[in-house]
Amino acid sequence: MAWFSKKPRIATAPEPIEAPSRMQGLWAKCESCDEIIYRQELEKNLNVCPHCEHHLPWTARARLASLLDPDSFEEFDKELEPQDPLGFSDSKKYKDRLRSTRKALGENDAFISGVGRIEGKPVSIGCFVFEFMGGSMGSVVGEKVTRIFERAHELKCPAIVFSASGGARMQEGIFSLMQMAKTSAAIARFRNVGKPYISVLLHPTTGGVAASFSWLGDIILAEPKALIGFAGPRVIEQTIRQKLPEGFQRSEFLVEHGMIDAIVHRKELRAKLGQLVTLLG
Amino acid sequence: MANGINYPLDFERPLIELEKKIDELKALSASGSVDFTSEISKLEKKAKKLQTEIFSDLSRWQVVQLSRHSSRPYFLDYVQYLFPEFMELAGDRRFGEDPSIVGGFARFDGRTVMLIGHQKGRNTKENMARNFGMPRPEGYRKALRLMEMAERFGKPILTFVDTPGAYPGIGAEERGQAEAIAVNLEVMSRLTVPIIATVIGEGGSGGALAIGVGNRVLMLENSVYSVISPEGCASILFRDATKADKAADALKLTAKDLKGMNVIDELVPEPAGGAHRDHAKAAENLAKVLRKNLAELAQLSGDELIQDRYQKFRALGVFSEGR
Repeated sequence: MAWFSKKPRIATAPEPIEAPSRMQGLWAKCESCDEIIYRQELEKNLNVCPHCEHHLPWTARARLASLLDPDSFEEFDKELEPQDPLGFSDSKKYKDRLRSTRKALGENDAFISGVGRIEGKPVSIGCFVFEFMGGSMGSVVGEKVTRIFERAHELKCPAIVFSASGGARMQEGIFSLMQMAKTSAAIARFRNVGKPYISVLLHPTTGGVAASFSWLGDIILAEPKALIGFAGPRVIEQTIRQKLPEGFQRSEFLVEHGMIDAIVHRKELRAKLGQLVTLLG
Repeated sequence: MANGINYPLDFERPLIELEKKIDELKALSASGSVDFTSEISKLEKKAKKLQTEIFSDLSRWQVVQLSRHSSRPYFLDYVQYLFPEFMELAGDRRFGEDPSIVGGFARFDGRTVMLIGHQKGRNTKENMARNFGMPRPEGYRKALRLMEMAERFGKPILTFVDTPGAYPGIGAEERGQAEAIAVNLEVMSRLTVPIIATVIGEGGSGGALAIGVGNRVLMLENSVYSVISPEGCASILFRDATKADKAADALKLTAKDLKGMNVIDELVPEPAGGAHRDHAKAAENLAKVLRKNLAELAQLSGDELIQDRYQKFRALGVFSEGR
């Protein structure tokens, strides 16, 4: 072997921390630019990569705490628990899947809701827990979303929902599907109150959640580069047997096609929501 | 009835072959050479028994197959039998005309009604035109336009659900497939006229529900209604699309299942051996149930109809409130 083809011994960067620690530990890795980021710095930056501005997943509780006025969030319907109406089982029993997910996350289902304040004004608000079975919507999620609008109706205040969901939860079959109708009907009633419903679409929002309350916002905002659409890209590719163009179904694509109002950087979200609530609340 | 069924399903083939034999014997008898009367009546008894055997204990997957049977009556077949004065109205006035949803005014028992239904094709050419009954946003927006018009004129709305699902394509996404479905769900919930939705074949997820928010939801006996197709469910959860039969069992998607769970209001009985064996009888059965439900809903005021529909869907969901 010629001397110049020898591998340099020191010039290579150390191997990055292994993938499993991506969301834990002291360091995190940006899923977009692969930069290693000090976790505290990332959290201070609302889980937005300081190098490439990529919006990494942000937990529902952190989001609500950070976007609402300090200590104003009061959780409702926390006691709602999922059931197994079909006795569903695939590779695992739905009951077992629920049990282990609930234990791992400390959440009863894929949605957190309650009331809080923005700029001092009350809002009825909720956010998907995407880590909980892909944010899928079963009876509990549907019920909690419905109650957001009922509560907003009662309090005559704006409603805000942050969506991040793969769609309806297959394991609850037809009951999941019917949540689409239930939540949409609740919005129809809420329209009479004269208060805005602001829907914020996060990465990703698809299927039955996109095709019901998420797309019914008076105002629809989205975080940058979020995947938003009815059918998932894989299903579309399989159906039309061709590759989808770059950027298809991303927030930027949707603004271009007139399907949402605006893209809001996470750092500006609090200010934008405050502005809307003040303008219309 | 053996003739006229294209592409019989595997499990109905023995019956159809037997019926063919009977038809042949009948033809021979009619030609006068030999008398097969006793043979024929024996075979007819046997056929009847076989039919009962096959259809009294259908698996869920078999019901799925029946719901998609290529000889099954489609929306426009029911229109032909029940609504001879149907006047089709096309287009969403926004982008285009989507032939996978058909709508228009008709008369039913002397009363004007709005009919809206998914339409599949019976052969490849028809299916290309109808996009296999998979609507694009234009289809849903046409349905919306027609439903709002029906409300304006105080006419009841009858919808007929029969779709594998809303079409997953590039154009459909660009033009807001999800938004189109969502808007229908909201608007249907607040219309002041009676709405009866009947699943006549396949109730494929959100694409079905988008014309399915009724004061009454009916299902033909061998129809299905599901959050996802058994094939889709199998490929996601079982990682194997060929396990669709297992997925169908897990999803509990037949009319009987859903009636049992109180998700739908009424089952419409099908003629022996399935609706595809006797379109006229299937239509007659459907008319009977529609008539009864329409008469009941005619008693309600606009506000009561909204209330009735709201409460119906508000109550759907199974969860516990802990404590």
